[in-house]
Amino acid sequence: MRLSRWLADRWVMIVALLVLGYLALPILVVAGLSFNRPSSRLSYDFNEFTLDNWRQPCATSDMCDAVVRSVQIGFIATVVATLLGTLMAFALVRHRFRGRSGINVLIFLPMATPELVMGTSLLALFVSAGVPQGFWTIVIAHVMFCVSFVVVTVKARLAGMDRRMEEAAMDLYANEWQTFRRITLPLVLPGIVAAALLAFSLSFDDFIITNFNAGTTVTFPMYVWGAAQRGIPSQVNVIGTAMFAVALLLVGLSSLRGRRARRANLLAGPSGHPRRSS
Amino acid sequence: MTLLAPTGSGHPPPAPPAARSGRRRLLPYLLLLPGAAWLLVFFGVPLVQLAAASLYDPSGSLSTGYAMTWAVGNYPDVVQAYWPQFLRSFGYAGLALVLALLLGYPLAYAIAQKAGRWKNLLLVCVVAPMFTSFLVRTLAWKTILSDNGALVGLLRDVHLLAPDGRLLATPFAVVLGLTYNFLPFLVLPLYASLERLDPRLLEAATDLYASPVQAFRRVTLPLSMPGLVAGTLLFFIPASGDYINAELLGTPNEYMIGNVIDSAFLVRLDYPQGAALSFLLMAAILAVVFGYLRRAGTEEVL
Repeated sequence: MRLSRWLADRWVMIVALLVLGYLALPILVVAGLSFNRPSSRLSYDFNEFTLDNWRQPCATSDMCDAVVRSVQIGFIATVVATLLGTLMAFALVRHRFRGRSGINVLIFLPMATPELVMGTSLLALFVSAGVPQGFWTIVIAHVMFCVSFVVVTVKARLAGMDRRMEEAAMDLYANEWQTFRRITLPLVLPGIVAAALLAFSLSFDDFIITNFNAGTTVTFPMYVWGAAQRGIPSQVNVIGTAMFAVALLLVGLSSLRGRRARRANLLAGPSGHPRRSS
Repeated sequence: MTLLAPTGSGHPPPAPPAARSGRRRLLPYLLLLPGAAWLLVFFGVPLVQLAAASLYDPSGSLSTGYAMTWAVGNYPDVVQAYWPQFLRSFGYAGLALVLALLLGYPLAYAIAQKAGRWKNLLLVCVVAPMFTSFLVRTLAWKTILSDNGALVGLLRDVHLLAPDGRLLATPFAVVLGLTYNFLPFLVLPLYASLERLDPRLLEAATDLYASPVQAFRRVTLPLSMPGLVAGTLLFFIPASGDYINAELLGTPNEYMIGNVIDSAFLVRLDYPQGAALSFLLMAAILAVVFGYLRRAGTEEVL
């Protein structure tokens, strides 16, 4: 009897934890496989423990070239998309103007369109315009699908911001530029950083759109795709595990910083800076 | 409009001084110009180009060039040739959606209402799969579902699977992969909706003699509708256009429409056919989305 009562109270949490296990399982397998010496190139089964993959992550040099290329593309696309998207977010939150709804549709549509359609249509454009496909067509495509996500992320931060801070600065004789540099930018920065991280991870991991616009250029996801037919080197799992660790570290650091900032606010108390944490 | 004003954080913006209004009026357009131009040129124009390519003369080729002949016949042709893959795309994505709802709703509910101080940690766990590469984690399912793996062994031992039965290279593997890959997109908006649900409403329902099932149907479910609708769309749109799972976890018998489009553009180099298929996919998804939105009766997706 007691067991059934206990189950009735907690079954939602138990199901939730099982689902989280389902979500975590492949990550554990990837981490495990990074220490595996497969019995053959086409085998995906666990065979034998080894540290070789971690000791020589670049044993297959094509793969590391592809990783470097993905980082380069991700970096350029992130810088451009973050810049364009942040400007758009400022226009949308801070200004009233004609054609706002049209712009909103233009920003929303790329997020709602299947990647397949975006990838093939861009391919059709490049081919008909005679643009050779390669590194820069990938960058163009990545900026295109990242911009909307940057706009949405920065917009959310801007909309939640207290306008009175800027008004106070202006009341204290700061000019517009000073207000922007000293008040607005620092307050929006976390939103911009989050948007940039999102853009980078979208770019780094994109396969479908890249596949249609890469020509002979090989990014990391495209390398994995190609290798899946020929046999995957175990080092792919090293990269997968390392990516996961880096992302986890970033999340951990940001949550630590957030906690420290909150504690500082608490200590500063009502007489300190009346900073509103979001 | 000073610190002393107790009104909420500032909208609408104060009227600008008349002297600067000319520059002010231009400023938003200057801010928008680079981003909007990028989207127009590399998102809008390509869609027009894709539409045009879908009407090219199908007898042309990439090397000899295509002639624009308004070949509307491309559309019935591709439907006739590839309707099974179309049906399969929506069938698999639909099945995966049902599975994802069964798994994702309890998960979102538990995090939003039951997790307490573990909330943020559990949320990180939900998005954690996205920290690593999509393709690498999909390939991990090849190991999990492998014929020599523990899971298949267990299922064979308890006779849920025939002695020579397989999990890999079956429709089951593809649907499982789709469910796994897009589940976070469903859970996050759902969580956002459920987090705002006031638990006192459920207490009130129980006080008024609602059974748990009734309370769920009449209180929780309607209040989570916006998140449910948004999450369903964020799941369904990429899932029906995906072909990575079908390629890596299935066989040509499980190919979805994405596999056909990929090979039309990159292997067979049949652009009119690929473009027509792409456009049909978009039209079909839009039809499903709008039909669904009308039935769900929610306009506020975003």
